[in-house]
Amino acid sequence: MELNILTLCYLIGSVTFILGLKMLSNPASARKGNLIAAAGMIIAILGTIFLYTDEEGNKLHNYGWIFGGILVGGIIGTLAAKKVKMTAMPEMVSMFNGMGGACAALISIVEFDHFTRITDSGYNVIEDLVLEPSTHVFIKHTDNGSVGFLLIIIAGLVIGSVSFAGSMVAWGKLNGKVKDFSFKGQHIFNIVLLLVIVGLAAYLIGWMPENAKLIFYSIFALSILYGVFFVFPIGGADMPVVISLLNSFTGVAAACGGFLYDNKVMLTGGILVGAAGTLLTILMCKAMNRSLANVLIGSFGGGAKAAAVGSKEQGAYKEISLSDTAVVMSYANKVYIVPGYGLAVAQAQHACHELEKLLTEKGVEVKYAIHPVAGRMPGHMNVLLAEADVSYDKLMEMEHANEEFPTTDVVLILGANDVVNPAAKTDPSSPIYGMPILDVELAKNVIVNKRSMKPGYAGIENDLFFQPKTSMLFGDAKKVLQDLIAEIKNL
Amino acid sequence: MDSILSWIHANQQIIYIVILMIFVGIEVIGRVPSVLHTPLMSGANAIHGVVIIGAIIVMGKAESDNYLALILGFLAVIVGTLNVVGGFVVTDRMLEMFKKKKK
Repeated sequence: MELNILTLCYLIGSVTFILGLKMLSNPASARKGNLIAAAGMIIAILGTIFLYTDEEGNKLHNYGWIFGGILVGGIIGTLAAKKVKMTAMPEMVSMFNGMGGACAALISIVEFDHFTRITDSGYNVIEDLVLEPSTHVFIKHTDNGSVGFLLIIIAGLVIGSVSFAGSMVAWGKLNGKVKDFSFKGQHIFNIVLLLVIVGLAAYLIGWMPENAKLIFYSIFALSILYGVFFVFPIGGADMPVVISLLNSFTGVAAACGGFLYDNKVMLTGGILVGAAGTLLTILMCKAMNRSLANVLIGSFGGGAKAAAVGSKEQGAYKEISLSDTAVVMSYANKVYIVPGYGLAVAQAQHACHELEKLLTEKGVEVKYAIHPVAGRMPGHMNVLLAEADVSYDKLMEMEHANEEFPTTDVVLILGANDVVNPAAKTDPSSPIYGMPILDVELAKNVIVNKRSMKPGYAGIENDLFFQPKTSMLFGDAKKVLQDLIAEIKNL
Repeated sequence: MDSILSWIHANQQIIYIVILMIFVGIEVIGRVPSVLHTPLMSGANAIHGVVIIGAIIVMGKAESDNYLALILGFLAVIVGTLNVVGGFVVTDRMLEMFKKKKK
């Protein structure tokens, strides 16, 4: 009876996950979808704690430890999630993702320890293994069951560790603690590392040698190392892709746990996220016109550096004063604002909204052009502007904005760079060549707010800044916007 | 070959689930507007926190003299909970802002 209820709990959990993801895809129902998935998760967790029995009918024990862990994790998680600034959201997601990966890896370590205790070594003790309650049904049904069992443990370990280490590096990179780092032959090093991991895993599974534990922990250490070197050379422009990819990794690692315990809710949840995350990753790669393999090997950093060195001397750029900007913008008919990471760093979203309101009062049509990969994550700008109460229908997607640029009087670029770089269309040697960009140069005037002339995250020069239509307005986005608002009010 | 076939036979249920879930995952996400990509990624992130169930099972089964399992299991429960709770709270915070400006 209790087991039947547990099955029902898991069924509810699985359905809420699917439903939750579906509702998350619509702005109107998104929040409810998230809450529904959370409710399903709570049901599945409580069901596991109180109703789970292993195949011998034993209930779980160590309730103190379980609730202690949940309490500690719950408090830290809630505080961290509540206190984090909107601009720091991407690294927070990366951090939580890493925690999930770590969880999967830890499960594998404990289960492997368990496994070696029972089998000691060698596969000749399958009969003993069958009595082991933690191994699940499908292993028992097959002759070479322990192969499958080990394979899943090791898959969970490797994927979980890579996801954990990679997410931690991505987290460090996004908050500026870790700098881009690459060395010559890193791609080959990464591939060799991966091959060594696979080789060791095959050796361990196929032969189950005497020193199985040593090999297992070597695989663990190498996987961590791989995760680190996997993300290290990848530039910030690729971070959204990497986080999304690691997200789907963790999903697969969770699904390994589902295999291990024949647990359908872990399986469905994990595979669901694995599939959805992979698709999201591919969509993002497409938006930047790069292949997933290219990102995986981590070649963006190197390519960008080469281009930065090779970039030729640029012409002169012209600056514009605040008062001129104020005049140009107030007498425009249509203004497009292009937000980028600079806006997020400066926390200038509220000032930006204020400017928009002020201009709208003066009869100027103000809209925002949102590039899909502007900022540090897809949708980063939407979240940021939503925080400042910017109306949903003022945010234009790239295709729509590009159609409207020819009839736009002023484009104000706030801390965006690579997403408006014409090199993506004109220079085949550029690392961002082929990425769809916002065609801001079609507008009558382009005003670029940047802190300095330093190149953007991808490390490449931007011809746009040197075009006759373009004027530069240097300074911190928030301060500049506040001064600009004051100027416009004084007109 | 024979062992592969028998493995498939023994695990057909799981294999069906995996295949169907892959399609469901792709279908469900395919309709997401790019506006919602960050919250969606965050929501998916929270959902794979379901791995915590494995952590609870590991923890709940650990014998009281198996310190490795106790310590690692405890750690796993903590980080798993971080993933679940943090993930859902962060997602809710993002979506809260979307809702405000909807009216």
